[in-house]
Amino acid sequence: MSLYKYSFWEVLRHSFSAEVWEQVVPAISETMYMVGVSSVFVLVFGILLGLILVMTSKEGLMPCKIIHTILGAVINCFRSLPQVIIIIVMLPVARALVGKSYGSNACIISLVASCVPLFARLVESSLLELDKGKIEAAKAMGSGNFRILFTIMVPETLPSLIRAFTNAVVIVISMTALAGSFGAGGIGYIAVTYGYTRFQHDLLFATIIVLIVIVQAVQLVGDTISKLILKKRHLI
Amino acid sequence: MEDKFIEVKQLYKTFHTKKQDIEVLKGIDLSVEKGEIYGIVGFSGAGKSTLVRCINRLEEPDSGSVKIGDKEITALGKAQLNEQRRKIGMIFQQFNLFDSMTVAQNIAYPLKLTGTSSKEADARVEEMLALVGLTEKKNAYPGELSGGQKQRVGIARALANRPDVLLSDEATSALDPQTTLSVLDLLKEINKKLGLTIILITHELEVIKYTCHRMAVMEDGKILEKGPVRDIFQNPECATARNFIGVYNKFRSDYWQEDAE
Repeated sequence: MSLYKYSFWEVLRHSFSAEVWEQVVPAISETMYMVGVSSVFVLVFGILLGLILVMTSKEGLMPCKIIHTILGAVINCFRSLPQVIIIIVMLPVARALVGKSYGSNACIISLVASCVPLFARLVESSLLELDKGKIEAAKAMGSGNFRILFTIMVPETLPSLIRAFTNAVVIVISMTALAGSFGAGGIGYIAVTYGYTRFQHDLLFATIIVLIVIVQAVQLVGDTISKLILKKRHLI
Repeated sequence: MEDKFIEVKQLYKTFHTKKQDIEVLKGIDLSVEKGEIYGIVGFSGAGKSTLVRCINRLEEPDSGSVKIGDKEITALGKAQLNEQRRKIGMIFQQFNLFDSMTVAQNIAYPLKLTGTSSKEADARVEEMLALVGLTEKKNAYPGELSGGQKQRVGIARALANRPDVLLSDEATSALDPQTTLSVLDLLKEINKKLGLTIILITHELEVIKYTCHRMAVMEDGKILEKGPVRDIFQNPECATARNFIGVYNKFRSDYWQEDAE
């Protein structure tokens, strides 16, 4: 159903029809798969790189200028590329790693390449918010660097880290939709192929609704967990 | 005979900033006896905080030595330093409690570092809570406590490992007068009870007068005058000490005058 033939309300009403959702539902599960797997990778590698950034910085617990500078520069390189370009750049890498440059798994690789650097920076800024006095108190008690990292720095900044991860997941979702137009499948693919190329605006509307609902849900879950922790600690 | 427990000799420290080098400690000599409360007073920027932070090497001195007992703190390697730091308690102006842990977990944190068994640690936590009078706040989070209560937890945490020394870095400066008094009373009590040596830095002279046995007056990275608190109050030799005591007396006399009216 195109907006060129039917009124807005008719198209919108049709976007809830069974016919449309028969096509959209499989795409949702594809998108969920890509978002889920990418988010796990983003979480693990983003935290790891973020922690290295903070630890090796000049005021960090284990200052190391070489590691800090090189890592920071690499992250900045990836951060300075628009997501479309990262997807294109990562196509050959995906082919080398998973055997083909299209499909969900290939998409995951470009998603990770784009969102890990972003999340690493978010982790860094969350950890830098921590009051230096707490780190000093732990130091004065004779706590070792890694113990300070995992028993003080990460738990103390947990609410902020959770919010940062929520943001990262939302960006992963929007990027999954973008990657859809490069053969990744999922909701983005439906939106581009049917909604843009074939003027099936009912399908386009359906994908918009799905994306809004997913992002709202993710944001709600992230905010709630973060708030619950703050409440438990009586900080709000 | 004087029992020199903590000995600081010819301590120098310079902070390097982009614009300039600031010499914060200019050859500090200090000795503290076992079991005494030693006060260091000075205006903001005098270097007293840096001095006390050099004692457990939160700040690395450029030269000079710090000795506690027979341990040369300034000569320790990283692992030995961490070992030694577990025997030096420290409390802070901003308390620096860990918000992610309950009061009991905060106090147990240093105990975990020494590998104390959990049963022993539990008993020690109870003992410490009783000492600072916060037994009923055991499972509270620091976010629920008042400033004075937070500092009591800070003290309990600092004392959990039975340290030989307690360093107090402006520990009462963020508290109201009444709470200050109760925290100082607590420090005096543990000093007497446990024979703990305390180094206390402050910019409030009344804190020193109320708490300390001996004191030093610091200005501009140097110690101008040191000795028993009473001697310095009765006969301040340097201008800074006179200035401090003058301000202190002025506050007191104004208070009495107002009272008389």
